[in-house]
Amino acid sequence: MIAATRPVQRPRDAKLLVVLADGRISHVPRPRFVEFLWPGDLVIANDAATLPASLHGVHAPSGAAIEVRLAGRRPASVSATAFMAIVFGAGDFRMRTEDRPGPPALAPGDRLALGPLAATVEALLDHPRLVSLRFDADASSVWAGIARHGRPIQYAHLPDALALWDVWTPIASAPVAFEPPSAGFALDWAAIRAMRARGVEFATITHAAGISSTGDEQLDCRLPFDEPYEIPAATAAAIRRARSRGGRIVAVGTTVVRALEHAARRTGVVAAGPSVANQRLGPFSRLRAVDTILSGTHEKGSSHYQLLRAFLDDATLAAVSAALDASGYRTHEFGDSVLIEKDWRRARRGRGRAVRRSSYWPSNRPSTLPSVSAMRA
Amino acid sequence: MDKHSIHLEGVRVAITGGTSGLGLALVRELHRRGARVAFVARTAERVTAVARAHPGTIGIAGDIARKDDIHPIALQITGNLGGLDVLVNNASSLGPVPLALLADTDCEDLEAALAANLVGPFRLTKALAGALAASARAGRPAAVFNVSSDAAVNAYPTWGAYGASKAALLHMSRIWDEELAPEGIRVLSFDPGDMDTPLHALAVPDADPATLKRPEAAAQELADTIAARVMVPAEARP
Repeated sequence: MIAATRPVQRPRDAKLLVVLADGRISHVPRPRFVEFLWPGDLVIANDAATLPASLHGVHAPSGAAIEVRLAGRRPASVSATAFMAIVFGAGDFRMRTEDRPGPPALAPGDRLALGPLAATVEALLDHPRLVSLRFDADASSVWAGIARHGRPIQYAHLPDALALWDVWTPIASAPVAFEPPSAGFALDWAAIRAMRARGVEFATITHAAGISSTGDEQLDCRLPFDEPYEIPAATAAAIRRARSRGGRIVAVGTTVVRALEHAARRTGVVAAGPSVANQRLGPFSRLRAVDTILSGTHEKGSSHYQLLRAFLDDATLAAVSAALDASGYRTHEFGDSVLIEKDWRRARRGRGRAVRRSSYWPSNRPSTLPSVSAMRA
Repeated sequence: MDKHSIHLEGVRVAITGGTSGLGLALVRELHRRGARVAFVARTAERVTAVARAHPGTIGIAGDIARKDDIHPIALQITGNLGGLDVLVNNASSLGPVPLALLADTDCEDLEAALAANLVGPFRLTKALAGALAASARAGRPAAVFNVSSDAAVNAYPTWGAYGASKAALLHMSRIWDEELAPEGIRVLSFDPGDMDTPLHALAVPDADPATLKRPEAAAQELADTIAARVMVPAEARP
């Protein structure tokens, strides 16, 4: 795949690869994704706004230039002033993350000067560049400092500096994500309106999407970090309604899958409220909450790709990867998208939930599927 | 609290232009009624002073007429309040001071009036639409109040830059109200009338303050209007 190098959330020529539940693959212009939703479906997106989580500054004890990338809040910490963070040495996003020098040796108690903000390293978290830190200010001063001094976390495939508006989805609400929940870039208010007109419900969760790369192989193996999320009572109720009418749950993005499956892990019922997603999803995960995913295109080896293996068998996923390459799809956060229906043949084999749902497939499915015109870039 | 004023306990409100005139009176009124208030203004010292005088309110320094300030302002609003139920676009610019005939108005002054009175509210509303819609989905009615003026409707000589920008804001509010109503967000205009404020003094320096409305009275009316829109009976809350 080709890296998407311009920060346009909804380029006119955005593409969508669709995988139907029977494994058929087709290509359509992405704005047409709504046509693949059925009356009664419930679309759930992540409405987290993205923090400008990259803070340049100085490690006071050594005087060395550093970049701090806020990467998480400590689980159960609602404080706006305490974070987990990755620390890099000199340089910025223009250098590939894996080529970035590490920070000077960090120790608990070290002071960091980050523009208008001052922070103290509280602990090293089993790795020389992963720390917990606390800003030395009250919450509103920390918000002001991050708002003024912080820049969106970004990577070398984008040559120009991102602005905050580049990384906020149209539905961005609470600023809790460290990198954008970028599957939501495909949405706009017209799409939400089109869903409503089609009899498709729309709801949101808020999931603190974490960072996608640390530049360190050992640390990358620990991704995704634990991610706090919140499922509003209204969303849990919408899921119950959709289930009872036989509608599908369509997740916009891997963060939504992770949160919903975490919330449903014990009983199969998505519980409302705050929690922390700490599981990984992969080929042996049983999807209990989500039926379909709208996502970016993901390259083999990433944790996002692993998650897609919960939806599809490896042969189909290999066919998807080949089709993405052959048709010139773009990847990364501003790239093209895939819409994947959970393979119900797998479900029948008992590896997925699905059994209860077989009754509604024929009746709810539109008699004529949207025409799928092959698209070539 | 007097028995006639309606509670706004826990309602999350952001007000632009919150350190003088109607905006300041509204910060006081909403704070008094139990709302959680964040306010925005350009001068950091005045923001700090007003926040200090009203403990619990969040002061945000920023200029809504500047594109680069919008998202940092929005981030601080939703970060501090944990979301947003009501946005009041109150900050306004007169355009040329002293007021001038349109043919004598510098293009830059017209642009400045449009930036503060039209484009700024547009950008801030757009940046916060996600938060307002999230609030509405959670069963908390959401609203945007755009402060308007009779100059938005009537053609007063020398009020061209202000009047044209406020007329555009009024019409944009109506269109936005049509478009956002299905998302559970109302976008409404509020005309406070001629008030004894610094902005009015700039426009009409020799006006007799005794003939003008007190901003506190207008703030009370706007607070009642907000309450009528967003307060959900306890039994209907999710």
